[in-house]
Amino acid sequence: MDLMVIDIWLIIEKLALVAIVVSISLLIAMYSTYAERKVAAYLQDRRGPNRAGPFGILQPLADGGKLFFKEEIIPLTSSKFLFVLGPALAMITALMTSAVIPWGGTLNWFERNISLQIADINIGVLYIFGVISLSVYGIMIGGWASNNKFSLLAGIRGASQMISYELAMGLTLIALLMLTGSLKMSVIVEQQINGPWNIVYQPLGFLVFFICALAETNRTPFDLPEAENELNFGYHQEYSSMKLGFYLFAEYIAMFISSAIMATLYFGGYDIPFVNESSLSASIGHNLVTILGGFALLLKVSFFLFVFIWIRWTIPRFRYDQLMNLGWKKLIPLALFNMVITAVVILLLDK
Amino acid sequence: MQALTDKIKVLERKPMTIGERLYLPAIIKGMLITFSHLFKKRPTISYPEQKRYFPSVWRGVQILNRDEEGRERCTACGLCAVACPAEAITMEGAERMPGEEHLYKEEKYAAKYEINMLRCIFCGLCEEACPKDAIYLSQTFAPANYHRKGFIYDKQDLLIPHPIEEPDRYKQALGERATALKQKAKTSEEESMDN
Ligand code: SF4
Ligand code: SF4
Repeated sequence: MDLMVIDIWLIIEKLALVAIVVSISLLIAMYSTYAERKVAAYLQDRRGPNRAGPFGILQPLADGGKLFFKEEIIPLTSSKFLFVLGPALAMITALMTSAVIPWGGTLNWFERNISLQIADINIGVLYIFGVISLSVYGIMIGGWASNNKFSLLAGIRGASQMISYELAMGLTLIALLMLTGSLKMSVIVEQQINGPWNIVYQPLGFLVFFICALAETNRTPFDLPEAENELNFGYHQEYSSMKLGFYLFAEYIAMFISSAIMATLYFGGYDIPFVNESSLSASIGHNLVTILGGFALLLKVSFFLFVFIWIRWTIPRFRYDQLMNLGWKKLIPLALFNMVITAVVILLLDK
Repeated sequence: MQALTDKIKVLERKPMTIGERLYLPAIIKGMLITFSHLFKKRPTISYPEQKRYFPSVWRGVQILNRDEEGRERCTACGLCAVACPAEAITMEGAERMPGEEHLYKEEKYAAKYEINMLRCIFCGLCEEACPKDAIYLSQTFAPANYHRKGFIYDKQDLLIPHPIEEPDRYKQALGERATALKQKAKTSEEESMDN
């Protein structure tokens, strides 16, 4: 009975991978807060945090410690269960997408082929979409449960913004999927390793995807749910201590994950640029190439993170009607156009 | 309406061209501008390690002066307190007893002398009012403190180090004033000689 045999090593392997991926995501999110402050400072001719440890690299720890020791306030009139659920949901959904991203190829250890992807499901891209659209619940529930006008407004804003931009994002992905013919993340990366990156075929699609990713992660210029000047602090106004920390943190994790998704879908994932992987692995060994590939992915991700931050400290926030105009009247037609053109070209070339 | 100056620049409000309406070129331009700031020199002075230079005329925290033998010069006349617009100075006078001549220059001295650094506006009027050259504003500032109490500087905080017992610290506290004073003395000597 082969079916009943549970591969205990597979479970251990996956558990270890989950632990590693989650802790790496948390670590990178932690250090993106540091990067955010440092880059912001350097773009503004300041120095940024430089007191905690050399170059201030312990700053995220200090910030986290501070948040932990702050008083936790749950407003009397809030709906308590949902109030706690909000940040938890934001955090969970932000982390869940990391499951289907291929962080690298396979490692050959102890005569096992260990894949650096937690779950290679055949609807990878759809799964990501499902989870990302869940993330709006974190904002909405938090905003609603706080029983505060501003939070509620911010929550509604967040929801409508996400829905609007998800449409355009989905349309660009359709164009991409027509090209790859598979929803499996590993297959998409495999194709890019053997051929050119998808960005070559889909520059317009990538642009739209990138703008939508900014909107989905609530980053400037689309951070309307936390527009201080009109909504005080937005959906996390009533939050304090680590619950607030979770919200802020979830934004950085979402940033990290969406950078990873962009790198995977359009920039070849763990493909090392200008290098032929198979010939390289013949010369320096398969495992080493896999690890290098993982680093290549991380490099691409860091580049995108930098661009996210760079944009934040350059462009001011959109007005709400501008946001909606851009989403519905510009990006969706653009994405549709991109989709149609891609379809026509594919049909003509008869791929 | 008649223009008041000839510097008026009339802006034309044209509808935006397609290139402008795309926003992306403008956004990229803006991003390049911010990027160029990554490599600019930062004007920050990292305070505890680096210190800003204060010139000799800087009006910093007050110092109560001693004469060459180390005697306190202040005679508790109260002129500085009268001159002080912020009413930051409090003092109590006392009579010099026999045997204390090496401590105080005049027959009357300040037993208590306090300046409230939270009130002081560092105007330097106390220095100007003093007939005994007993108080002057130094080249440092009052450092931060955790309590209000800590900002009320008493005589021990204000007194300059003893010139004979601690000549190095005395010189340091004197700052560039030492050379400035010497030069002043020299020029006044020359002037008197000229006269
Ligand atoms: S510097 Fe001005 S304000 Fe300060 S103690 Fe002297 S006279 Fe008063
Ligand atoms: S510091 Fe000068 S003005 Fe003030 S009490 Fe002493 S001698 Fe008088």
